Amino acid sequence: MTGDAPLLDVQDLRVQFDTDDGIVHAVDGISYSVAPATTLGIVGESGSGKTVTSLTTMGLTRSRSTRVTGRILFQGTDLLTLTGEELRRVRGNEIAMIFQDPLSSLHPFYKVGRQISEAVRAHRDVSKAAARDRAVDLLELVGIPDPHRRVDQYPHEFSGGMRQRAMIAMALANEPKLLIADEPTTALDVTVQAQILALIADLQRRLGMAVIIITHDLGVVAEIADEIAVMYAGRIVEHATTASLFASPEHPYTWGLLKSIPRLDTPRSEELVPIQGRPPSMINRPSGCFFHPRCPYVSEEHTRIDPRLEPTPGDPDHSVACLLAPPVRSEIWHGLIAGSSPELLRGLAVPAPTPVIAAPGPPERGRGA
Amino acid sequence: MTTAAAEPLVEVRNLVKHFPITSGILFQKQVGAVKAVDDLSFDVIKGEALGIVGETGCGKSTTARLLVRLLDATSGQIRFEGEDITGRKGSRLKALRREMQMIFQDPYSSLNPRKTIGSIIAEPFAIHGLHGAKGERRKRVQELMDRVGLNPEHYNRYPHEFSGGQRQRIGVARAIALEPKLLIADEPVSALDVSIQAQVLNLLRGLQRDLGLTLVFIGHDLSVVRHMCDRVAVMYLGKIVELAPSDALYGFPRHPYTGALLSAVPVPDPAGGRRERQLLSGDVPSPANPPSACRFHTRCPKARDLCSQDEPLFEDKHGGTLAACHFPLTPEEAQLSLPAALTGGYGAGPAVGEPA
Repeated sequence: MTGDAPLLDVQDLRVQFDTDDGIVHAVDGISYSVAPATTLGIVGESGSGKTVTSLTTMGLTRSRSTRVTGRILFQGTDLLTLTGEELRRVRGNEIAMIFQDPLSSLHPFYKVGRQISEAVRAHRDVSKAAARDRAVDLLELVGIPDPHRRVDQYPHEFSGGMRQRAMIAMALANEPKLLIADEPTTALDVTVQAQILALIADLQRRLGMAVIIITHDLGVVAEIADEIAVMYAGRIVEHATTASLFASPEHPYTWGLLKSIPRLDTPRSEELVPIQGRPPSMINRPSGCFFHPRCPYVSEEHTRIDPRLEPTPGDPDHSVACLLAPPVRSEIWHGLIAGSSPELLRGLAVPAPTPVIAAPGPPERGRGA
Repeated sequence: MTTAAAEPLVEVRNLVKHFPITSGILFQKQVGAVKAVDDLSFDVIKGEALGIVGETGCGKSTTARLLVRLLDATSGQIRFEGEDITGRKGSRLKALRREMQMIFQDPYSSLNPRKTIGSIIAEPFAIHGLHGAKGERRKRVQELMDRVGLNPEHYNRYPHEFSGGQRQRIGVARAIALEPKLLIADEPVSALDVSIQAQVLNLLRGLQRDLGLTLVFIGHDLSVVRHMCDRVAVMYLGKIVELAPSDALYGFPRHPYTGALLSAVPVPDPAGGRRERQLLSGDVPSPANPPSACRFHTRCPKARDLCSQDEPLFEDKHGGTLAACHFPLTPEEAQLSLPAALTGGYGAGPAVGEPA
């Protein structure tokens, strides 16, 4: 969404897994791009495909039971066409990734410093001593106190926040152009989370990397992302700049996410509006709009027509996949922030002659397993 | 609900729980102790929702387990309806458990996978010999399932057939089965997806209102605890550092640790949320070897010599706010730690206020 040539350009990516129960459509035709030195936030719940997207970018979903189509262009090269050997030269070098759980991502038997120098030596022909010096520098860069001593310690001697710092150090070993951070702070306490987010933002500024941050926490992306893609059931349902997404969200799922979390900056008495039901099965997906079984503003045609991700009339950088008419969406969102309930606002979306109250409610309570 | 005259349901006095650290294989000897909970005193008022917040290892879950007597206290006293329950055993402890129930964090490991939902929710009845007639017990369980938003027809299903949010509803149904007076919820929504969290939070709020429950809500998410609770206690390294009515705590925090916690919470509002961060340096020290005097002094931006020498008293700092600090935050410092939208009045940011 910026003028620069994108560093990463994902085009119509689909990832399917064959399982005994059927084909899992984990990622279903998503496209996005990341410009150099910018941050993209991908927001979604468990099972929305956000992690599979990034694992596929890293070539980590390749297997006989996986089908991947589309293109992942990194600096013009399609990563999906690379051989394993070629991909290994990119991975950990130009694209690096940090994972949610720093404890299980570090090898418990090896010293932290050795694990970092291994990442260096995998891509650079340097001596062990030089790699170790680099490890010390990296630990210092990510703010680990006393790096000369820490480099010879084992992961269990590090606290959770320090382990995540060590993971970041490892990811930065070869000065990647793109850093993918998959829920980097979910396992951490809030004060440590603030430290890690500040660290990522600071490193991005100093090293000029692009960052993709994957999270379920809208607060986290509001803090550090330039633009945000909201994923639901393997698709991007809304994509906008951060300011625009929070100021005028367009998709009912995004509204649901925003209205269902308690936040520090709204009155305490404000009622939470949960999203009814639960995410759909990725094997037997709903007809029409994937969100329609949970959408309070559903009408009959939404169960048949599958909406495309299209720019909104006022803002070409703000795309949404929703069948509601743009003026109706805007009216509903303003009703929601004024405190109206989705049940009352339903009447705006369904221009039926019946009174609003008599309209059937949303699929109640999401019963059944 | 939180007036001074209100009657306490639970009174905790000087509660201590130390877990011994031992060494040696054959002849184990104690070489130290993890001071998980160290000299806690607080009341839980009848009908209120009391929140306990803190980071990993601050002792909040230990406190919950001490309250329901899943752990035995090292010293101190817990009174329930005026009676000392600290040393209760046997049938009298069992009788007490009818009055206090717990909801656990992990809805996957807290339900027996080999039992049906019906028998899981009926288990409290079986243990306490209630609703003996078979049809009656089933009817009661189905009422409970309906109350928490589960389909009563799913009585014979197994936990694996349910999603995380629904499992947590099962845990809630089991906890309210005996109509307890006190419900302790230990991070009940931490394992759930965002869109599901609100369902469970609304359920708990509704139950508390309708059944007149007293709720102790343990959490690490400050926004969730603010939403759920009338009063909030902030714990750090086994101690309560601040205890205040929610509006006071979130509007004018006095303890620097509370300020740092609030300042660290990401706010989903790019315009109003970004503010001067007071980043705490370093990590939480080990509870086996906590810092002297004020335990927060090693990380506190306001610490002076006195803080490492004298332990501050836990006392009234401002209109009902109790805090243990020699140099509490000034109003100006407190404002700095809050989201801009809060200090500028509600709804100042575009995400929550006027149409953009």
